[in-house]
Formats: sequence, C-alpha cells, structure tokens
Amino acid sequence: MAIALVLVLVVVGSVLFHFLSPWWWTPIASNWDYIDNTIIITFWITGVVFAAVVLFMAYCVFRFRHREGNQAAYEPENKRLEWWLTIVTAIGVTAMLVPGLFVWNQFVSVPSDATVVEVVGQQWQWSFRLPGKDGKLGMSDTRNVSPENPLGVNASDANGQDDVVVEAADLHLPVGKPVKMLLRSIDVLHDFYVPEFRAKMDMIPGSVTYFWFTPTKTGTFQVLCAELCGQGHPLMNGVVMVDTPEDYLAWLGEQQTFAQLSAPQQVGSAE
Amino acid sequence: MVDVTPADAVPPAEVAEMELYHPHSWWTKYVFSQDAKVIAIQYSATATAIGLVALVLSWLMRLQLGFPGTFDFISPEAYYQFITMHGMIMVIYLLTALFLGGFGNYLIPLMVGARDMVFPYVNMLSYWIYLLAVLVLASSFFAPGGPTGAGWTLYPPQAIMSGTPGGQDWGIILMLVSLILFIIGFTMGGLNYVVTVLQARTRGMTLMRLPLTVWGIFTATIMALLAFPALFVACVMMLFDRALGTSFFMPAIVEMGEQLQHGGGSPILFQHLFWFFGHPEVYIVALPAFGIVSDLISTHARKNIFGYRMMVWAIVGIGALSFVVWAHHMYVSGMHPYFGFFFATTTLIIAVPTAIKVYNWVLTLWRGDIHLTVPMLFALAFIVTFVNGGLTGLFLGNVVVDVPLSDTMFVVAHFHMVMGVAPILVIFGAIYHWYPKVTGRMLNEAMGQFHFWVTFLGAYLIFFPMHYIGLMGVPRRYHELTATTVMTESANDLNAFISIMAFLVGFAQIVFLFNLIWSIRHGREAGGNPWRATTLEWQTPETPPAHGNFGKELPIVYRWAYDYSVPGAKEDFIPQNMPGSFGTSREPA
Repeated sequence: MAIALVLVLVVVGSVLFHFLSPWWWTPIASNWDYIDNTIIITFWITGVVFAAVVLFMAYCVFRFRHREGNQAAYEPENKRLEWWLTIVTAIGVTAMLVPGLFVWNQFVSVPSDATVVEVVGQQWQWSFRLPGKDGKLGMSDTRNVSPENPLGVNASDANGQDDVVVEAADLHLPVGKPVKMLLRSIDVLHDFYVPEFRAKMDMIPGSVTYFWFTPTKTGTFQVLCAELCGQGHPLMNGVVMVDTPEDYLAWLGEQQTFAQLSAPQQVGSAE
Repeated sequence: MVDVTPADAVPPAEVAEMELYHPHSWWTKYVFSQDAKVIAIQYSATATAIGLVALVLSWLMRLQLGFPGTFDFISPEAYYQFITMHGMIMVIYLLTALFLGGFGNYLIPLMVGARDMVFPYVNMLSYWIYLLAVLVLASSFFAPGGPTGAGWTLYPPQAIMSGTPGGQDWGIILMLVSLILFIIGFTMGGLNYVVTVLQARTRGMTLMRLPLTVWGIFTATIMALLAFPALFVACVMMLFDRALGTSFFMPAIVEMGEQLQHGGGSPILFQHLFWFFGHPEVYIVALPAFGIVSDLISTHARKNIFGYRMMVWAIVGIGALSFVVWAHHMYVSGMHPYFGFFFATTTLIIAVPTAIKVYNWVLTLWRGDIHLTVPMLFALAFIVTFVNGGLTGLFLGNVVVDVPLSDTMFVVAHFHMVMGVAPILVIFGAIYHWYPKVTGRMLNEAMGQFHFWVTFLGAYLIFFPMHYIGLMGVPRRYHELTATTVMTESANDLNAFISIMAFLVGFAQIVFLFNLIWSIRHGREAGGNPWRATTLEWQTPETPPAHGNFGKELPIVYRWAYDYSVPGAKEDFIPQNMPGSFGTSREPA
C-alpha cells in the first residue's frame, strides 16, 4: 500500500522538481536553440510516458493488491493491445527522431560563409590559430611541434606565414558571424566545450575534427574540456570572448602572426 | 487470437542422463567444485566482495564531489583512480559476473531441468580464472603508482601516457591483463550456459516453455560471446602499445614538449572496438535483469506474464539490434558526422521492443493478485528506475540532443539509473526471491523492507537530480565541479545532498549483507516452494538442491512457466512438471 502512494509521489515530485527547481541550462549564446527545442520536445514526450507508466503501476498496485479470496485474471496475450501499443510507441519515437535528425543535418552542414578558427588542445591548455589575410590556414603536423612552434605549423607552407597564433590565451570571436571550429590535439583526446554554445566535439591527435556555430551574444564564456585528458582535465579551462566587430578587429590587430613569432629576436630588439 | 495447445503435450525427445563427477573430499565439494550451484555461489561471493570495494570507492568520490576541498587525501590522481576502478568493477566484475556467472550458473540447469552444466570441469575453470582476474585487478591498488585512472573507457592515448595515473606505471597493464583473463574465464562459462540451454533441457521443455529468466541469460550470454572478443582485441593491442611501443592506437604525439616514438595509430579505432563490446555490454547486464524481473512480477502477482511470446522476441530483437548501435557513444568523438544519422535511427528503434517489455510488465500487474513481498517491491522499483533511465536514453541516443549533454553529469545520471540502479534492484529482488532455494531459509523481512526503501528512494534521489546538474552543462569526470562557472552555489548544495544520500544507500547495503549472513542460521525455514512458483527450480526433491538437482528422475515438463491463477484449477499455480489438464490453461505456443 505504501508503495502505491510512494509511486505517485515519485511522479509528482519529479514533475515539480523539473518545473520548480533552479537547476536548468545556462542561457544560450549561439544559434543552436534548435537543439534546445529538440530537448524540450523530448522532455515532454518522455515526461508524459514516465508519468503514465508509473501512475498506471501505482493504480494497479492499489487496485489489485492481494486480499483474501482474490484471484488474478488469466490472460496470456492480447494481440490487439500489443500491436496498438507498439504503433503508438513507434509514433512517439519518430516524433523525437525526425526533428533530431533534421537539426543534426544543420549541425553537420557548415555554411559556406563560415570563417575558420583552429583550436589546438594539449595537456592542459588551449591555443588557437586564425587564418591571416589570405584567409587560409597553413598546413600543420604534430611532428613539427617544438618550443618555437607550439602548434606545429608547417614553416615551408606559405599559407601559414600570416596565420595568427594565440598560444595559451583567450580567443576572441566576432558576434553574429558563423564560425567553423577546426579541432586538433597534439597529445591526447580533448573536447572543446562551451556550455552556452551548446556545441562540442572531441579533438583527436592525428585528425582534424570540426563543428560550427554562430555566436549570438557578446560576452565572456568559459571553455571546458569535456573529454578526460589526464589528471589536469578539470583545470583545462579557457576563455572565449565574443566581441562586437570593432572590438574584435582591435583585438585581432594586437595578435602576432606565425612569421613574427618565428623570428622573435627581430621583433623585440627595437625597444 | 491465442493459439491453443493441449497443456499436457509432451514432446517425445529423450534427454540422455549425464554422468556427474562426484566429489570425494571437502576440497572437491566446496572449493574446486564442478557443481554449477557451488560455482554460482563462488561467483556471487567474489563479485560481491569486489563490489564492496566499488561501493567504498563511490563513497570516496561522493565525499570529494559533495564537499570539494575538504578531504586532502582525495587528490585528482586518486579521484581518477577511484572513478576508473568503480566503473570497471561495477560493469564487468560485479554486474556481468553476478548475472551470468552467479544467476546463470545457479538457475540455468535448475530451470531447464538439467543435472548440471554440460561441461562441469570447464565451468569450474571459468570461475577460477575469473577469481584470478579479480585478484590481478585488486593487486593494482598495491602496485607502484596505483591503479589506472584512465576512466573505465580506457581511451588511448591518455590511458598509456604519463599524464594519467597508472599510465606509465603498472596500473594500466594490470587492468588490461585482468580484462583479458576475465574474458577468457567468461568464454568458458558462457559456452557452457549456451550449450546447456540448447542441449540439456529436459523432456517437454521446449524453447517456448523456458522461463524468461533463462531467455534473458541465454540471449545475454550469446551477445557476450560475440561482443567480448572486440574488447579482448582492443586490450591486447593497447597492451602492445604500452609494453612494446607499438602504435595501434597511438598517432604522432608530443607529450610535455617531447616527441614520442609513436605514429600512425588511430585513437578512434579503440573507441569503435570498445563500444562494439561496450554497448552490447549494457544489454548483457539488462537482458538477464529483464528476464528475472518478468518472473518475479509474474510469480508475486500470481498472474501469467503478459505477452510471453512478444517478450521472448523483444529479448532476441534487443539483443540483435544492440550490435548496430555502438557508435551512439561516439556522436561527439569526431567520427564521420554522417554516422550520426544511422546510429541515431537504430538507437531509437531499439526503444520500441524495450517499451514493449515495459508495457508487458505493467500489464502483468493489471488484474493481478499482487503480493507486496520484498522481491515484488524491488521489481516495481526496477520498473520505475528503468523507465526513467530508459527515457533519458532517448535524449542521448538522439544524436543532436546528445551534443550538449554528452560528457556531462547527465550521462552519468542516465547510465547509473538505467544500468546501475535498475539491474541492481533486480539483483536484490532476485536474491530475496531465490535465497530460500539456495539456503532453505527466508531472508529477514524487516531488514528487507528497510533495505528496499532506503535503496530505492535513496538511489532515485541521487540520480534523478543529477541529470539537471548535467543539463546545466557541468562535465563529468571533474575532480572539482566548482571549477566550472556554470556550477552555481545552490547546485553545490544539491551535490552535497546527493552525497549524503549516497552514504545512506551504502549503509543500507551493509544491513543487506548482514541479513544475508544472519538469515543463513536464523531465517524462517522456507520449505521447498515458499512463493508457490511454477518453475522447475522450486520443484526439486531437496532444498537446497543436491548435486544433480532432481534426485533419481529428471522432471518432465507438461506446460509453460506461467500457469498462475488458471481458471478452474484448485491452486493458483500449476508447476511446469505437473501432468494432466487443469481448468482452462491456454499456453501460447
């Protein structure tokens, strides 16, 4: 008997917790509100199913609990009911899957006007590289990594000379411009994750992975590593600042290119 | 329409008597025993012992997460070692070993009407190799550098690099060797379970008369035999990478400014191999639980399981489908994005047979005669937690929804609810249900009630709120969740609450263990069939069953396993080996 009451309380408590507790996602700062919408659809469908199943159980336990002289019904099968339930379930599943796949298609289709930013992960810090005036990133290889060339840019590739290198510092992005994040690691798996952007992707040494998004709000956002990368994993924080176009250009002007960084003596000696 | 067959039809197949090895000494009877029931208890006791280690580790983790900065001895290194060992122990050495090695060994021969497993000697070897695997695993706590802290998924390259605890010490080597041993041992046992179900069923025990417990364990074992080799291969290759310097999974890497001597390997290949095993593994744990809980519900609701044939096909269907969904663990791994379409579709399709199982459990309760015994309470709690955890699987399986949630605490909450809490609740229910057969005595009811309420409500209060911490964006595998700006002050309080619940639930398990030991001597005498159940294990001439299970004559089976409350029958259950027609039994065939 107590169990019937507790089952009802589990449903009521869970629903109240969902709507009343202060713990919910952080305000979104990218174009991926489609993802949030899909989550909401999923919450509704699954929430209704959960409540229905558990409340039905509670009713059964209360109504059909053992009392002296009771006898259970004998009903091995009910084909109609079983098929009916199967079809309803299939419809519910489809209602979640179809919007999900639709949004996934957007997620993996990078718009042609997206600018490219490279993120390089290493234990336990983030670095970034932006294409220079030519709009192209130079080639890179983990084998080229050295203290003078922390990102392993290929020095003989002309496209790489004007690349902007941001080593272990904050990344700035202009608001409202779609950006394709090219993800690279020089040691272990990492995962570039900004909760406010909703997007994330692993970085794999030896491969280049990517995702894209459009920042929609200016501000400062914390970058987290979301793939276990050794004991410093939780400390692998970074910062992305989404700027107005003017602020962004100002920041960009202060950055150094690969060519400048490769010849540090000449730059520093004038002072 | 229900097909009707006469309830007393007995197929003519003869089952050859098997010759048993009869023990001559205490050693061969209780230690190096070839009796599946003794092996089952050995498996269960070993799994429980190492499971207690995992329980203590979970307390240490919750101390750290609930009260960060308070306990200096839990360094990041130690924390990662705790999560790794906790996860691996629970998934492999406890759940897999207990369901298949424990329940499989005890129940398969008894439920199909066999004298023992078909290959008793190999069955014995299976346990001793399992024990060796457990000892090797446990030894890593005492090895230089301690156990591996690579996370239970052991993803390379970090698993074998110096930035990870145990990566360049003994930890990872002992882990890989232990897994290899476990798989060897399991294969010996697994072949036994499959062959015994296929070859050693007694007369009349057709496949469609098997109790769902046997169907669940049988299907899970076949899956395990097909899935574990992928893990075996992955472990061997990683062992080579670590010990011999090969590069199966290791690309060119710069570690702390230094070029390593690796190149050309693929870290993501390991992930495919791991999850080709790892996803079926979820169902290797779940299917035995599905089967067992079906029998618990049916017996204690005094009603036939609803839709038996659909239940069997759902088990088989889930088993097959679970081999084509593995990469849903890898949506954000950087694999080709188009895989997402395929794996999301297969993953959500699996929800359909799974939902059918849930409907049939609750429809079995409908118009039943529900006895709220401790096993039944655990079965009901299983449905709640399994439905909850299964539904959050629809978030994570739906590729684009997974993107923000993957690698967050939402995932931790999801898989604990669905493959931690839910199957373990079934294990508890099953122990309360079959303990009287194993020992001849009932477990203490008052302690059982206490154990149930604290475990069920405590576990729900741990893992339900945890989803929302993940939804906030807090990643998993963080030594200090406070390191993230999305973690609010109030969420820290919630974390402390979760930790306190975890300690309470852990305490209840100690009461349970006490009950297990106390009741061996002081429990109420059970008799042969205390739950008035139909299946063959309750019809043995002796309780506990002697070596050979069924005395002189093997039982002959005349009916399916679910003739409860047959209209017109004198009693509300008709054992499977009861000849003759009673009332209006309508066995689906």
